[in-house]
Amino acid sequence: MSKFSFGALLRHAAFGHTHWEPQWRSPEPQAAYEVVIVGAGGHGLATAYYLAKEHGIRSVAVLEKGWLGGGNTGRNTTIIRSNYLWEESEVLYEHALKLWETLSHELNYNVMYSPRGVLMLAHNLHDVHVFKRHVHANRLAGIDNEWLTAAEAKKFCPPLDISSGMRHPVLGAALQRRGGVARHDAVAWGYARAADRLGVDIIENCEVTGIRRAPSGAVTAVDTTRGEIRTRRIGVVAAGHTSVVLAMAGLRMPIESFPLQALVSEPVKPVLPCVVMSNTIHAYISQSDKGELVIGAGTDQYVSYSQRGALHVTAHTLDAICELFPMFRRMRMLRNWGGIVDVTPDRSPIIGKTTVPGLYVNCGWGTGGFKATPGSGHVFAATLAREEPHPLAAPFSLERFTTGRLIDEAAAAAVSH
Amino acid sequence: MLLINCPYCGERPELEFRYGGEAHIARPSDPAALSDELWTQYLYVRSNSKGVHAERWRHVHGCGRFFNALRNTVTDKFIATYKVGEPRPSAPEGRR
Repeated sequence: MSKFSFGALLRHAAFGHTHWEPQWRSPEPQAAYEVVIVGAGGHGLATAYYLAKEHGIRSVAVLEKGWLGGGNTGRNTTIIRSNYLWEESEVLYEHALKLWETLSHELNYNVMYSPRGVLMLAHNLHDVHVFKRHVHANRLAGIDNEWLTAAEAKKFCPPLDISSGMRHPVLGAALQRRGGVARHDAVAWGYARAADRLGVDIIENCEVTGIRRAPSGAVTAVDTTRGEIRTRRIGVVAAGHTSVVLAMAGLRMPIESFPLQALVSEPVKPVLPCVVMSNTIHAYISQSDKGELVIGAGTDQYVSYSQRGALHVTAHTLDAICELFPMFRRMRMLRNWGGIVDVTPDRSPIIGKTTVPGLYVNCGWGTGGFKATPGSGHVFAATLAREEPHPLAAPFSLERFTTGRLIDEAAAAAVSH
Repeated sequence: MLLINCPYCGERPELEFRYGGEAHIARPSDPAALSDELWTQYLYVRSNSKGVHAERWRHVHGCGRFFNALRNTVTDKFIATYKVGEPRPSAPEGRR
């Protein structure tokens, strides 16, 4: 597979762009692999890439029941930030953010990471206190986050209405300048291409239907719609379907799956220079490079695998957006969709071993997994390779629900879901 | 938006209801006697079924009462709603 470069672009241009090759193979599954990853979303593909790149494990299959990146990787609002409250989360998301900064170069694939700043609005005194607490906590951990007055926020994001007559006046905002957005599909494609190049087999249209175990309890193989594949290590990175896959090994998880919706508007000229989030009135919005406004709505209240979500949930978010940015009132929304997010009781992910030998899980990223993609794959690959949790992943073990050592980001999430 | 058949009031829009999580999870009568693992099961572990799911709803903007429902989590279609204390109606497994 050829390397992308300016020279390659010129060469292909000379031939009318008719000689580009597929960016990854479509291999038949082999009989056995050292590691099998279930789920070819961003997190699963990143895991496979780092397994091959940093741990020299190249006998890796990534099994995907649909198509690559067709789940939550292709259904999110692409926001990247690391301004979490608790130490365990801060370092994990910051680890991811640092990887984002060099990811395009690392993968030789433009993931369009754009650190345009994430602005979190405070509308009341409680918000002000909470965000200042976040700012202080982040700065103590060496993570950039700063407090802006309303006037400073307006200067950073001119479309913002800071007049006192607003129904939800802006009292100030927390700004993480290194936060921003990336191109979600490019992240999946970039990792897929780079992993494939290192020998990883990405097998689409291959649904896992069973997990086989030895009398000792250890995993020995997965049954799939394309036959049995033997392996001693399975990494399940199946997001909303984690409970379904792990049930095949007799496991029950502290997870519930909910639809989370997002929508995009018709494309317009650049109007919004940064990501704007508002916890209190539940709205988050950014503008894609194509010009569409990308808007995130909330989760439905009930467990569902329907990938749809209810209209009143999106309507509620649009009410909030129109309240914040009256100039968007006449814009038309082009598409909306739902992704199935796996939510844990403390809104923090689960990364590590299960009680079944050889069965590992990386799940529970809930409503905010995209931003973690590189870091999640990186620490999960190390966990799979060394068969013990990566230091950054260790606090996010499944045991925390038994020991009670939760990492309660529920109250700390940017928007309450 | 779902249409939900409250066993006391009849069919009403979802906005009148609050979801109450998985149904038929009994609080252990003597939590102190439970092992940490069993307490975890009670507190956090859920079946999260893909297919037929038994769940609680509360008609907060109506009669205010809790009731149970069977719903298919793939289609979001309700199979049955029933009063608290009544046994879970039988639903064909994996019904779509």
